[in-house]
Amino acid sequence: MSDPTSDPTPRSFINALPFAHALGMVLEHVGDGRARISMDWDPRFVGDPTTGVIHGGAVSALMDTCGGAAVMSCPGALTTATIDLRIDYMRAATPGQRITAQAHCYHVTRNVAFVRATAHDADAEHPVAAATGAFTFTRKEDR
Amino acid sequence: MPPPEPVQEVKHRRDTALRRLVDVIPYAGFLGIGFQRHGDELTGVLPYDDMLIGNPVLPALHGGVIASFLEVTAIVELSWAMLWEELESGRLTLDTLTETPLRLPRTIDFTVDYLRTGLPRDGYARARVNRSGRRYASVHVEAWQDNRARLFAQATGHFLMPQRDHG
Repeated sequence: MSDPTSDPTPRSFINALPFAHALGMVLEHVGDGRARISMDWDPRFVGDPTTGVIHGGAVSALMDTCGGAAVMSCPGALTTATIDLRIDYMRAATPGQRITAQAHCYHVTRNVAFVRATAHDADAEHPVAAATGAFTFTRKEDR
Repeated sequence: MPPPEPVQEVKHRRDTALRRLVDVIPYAGFLGIGFQRHGDELTGVLPYDDMLIGNPVLPALHGGVIASFLEVTAIVELSWAMLWEELESGRLTLDTLTETPLRLPRTIDFTVDYLRTGLPRDGYARARVNRSGRRYASVHVEAWQDNRARLFAQATGHFLMPQRDHG
């Protein structure tokens, strides 16, 4: 059985990941070590009902998925998994607005891919969160 | 000396307060996260569901599910520590608790260390508040599945504490 995540065409990539599908993620762009994925605000994803702000964990899931997609779009990528991910929550995302994450795999070694990502709501000038992560990287020629 | 408080009343007060705290977070309900209590010690429980899978080939839990579980556990533990103090000192009663909206800590940053693949079964997590000041708190969380000694993830987060407007 082939790894469905190794064919990152927009629809197949998200549909292959049940949790990304559950959060309603949409892969908008992927290629050349970069990815853009967005998700709608949803009352089920709220972390604090007094503010209506989406839970950090849902933003983290978006950034992690986006980081993984960016890694899979690097030349020669076969599989990947997150080693670590740090997220800085810079401001509360505005309730009701769509959140878009953009990730860039800025360096790849034989076994590791390094990723930076940001997320923003309708105000693209002021990110709601920034992330840095390390991902495992296995190459096709190693198999 | 006054007689000790009946155990049923003590348990009812603590369990009701905990349920109210967890019920207030919609995203915890979406993921199916619950909490078990032994005295003031909490254990987060993430029951397995097919929706939580990230890699269907292995299969493995989605990294975002693991991060979410750890962050929910950290926030509930931090809020619980504040709530416990207020409740046990008598400053807060179940009546006043249901009237006042719970104010939750806000995450400043959160770092997750993925140690092992999240298997398609239940997960457990426990958080430890390493420092909790008037404004900032630092919390460490550990998560495991079958074996308590074999963590599948851990995290450290910093939180901005809600400002109390009473007391």
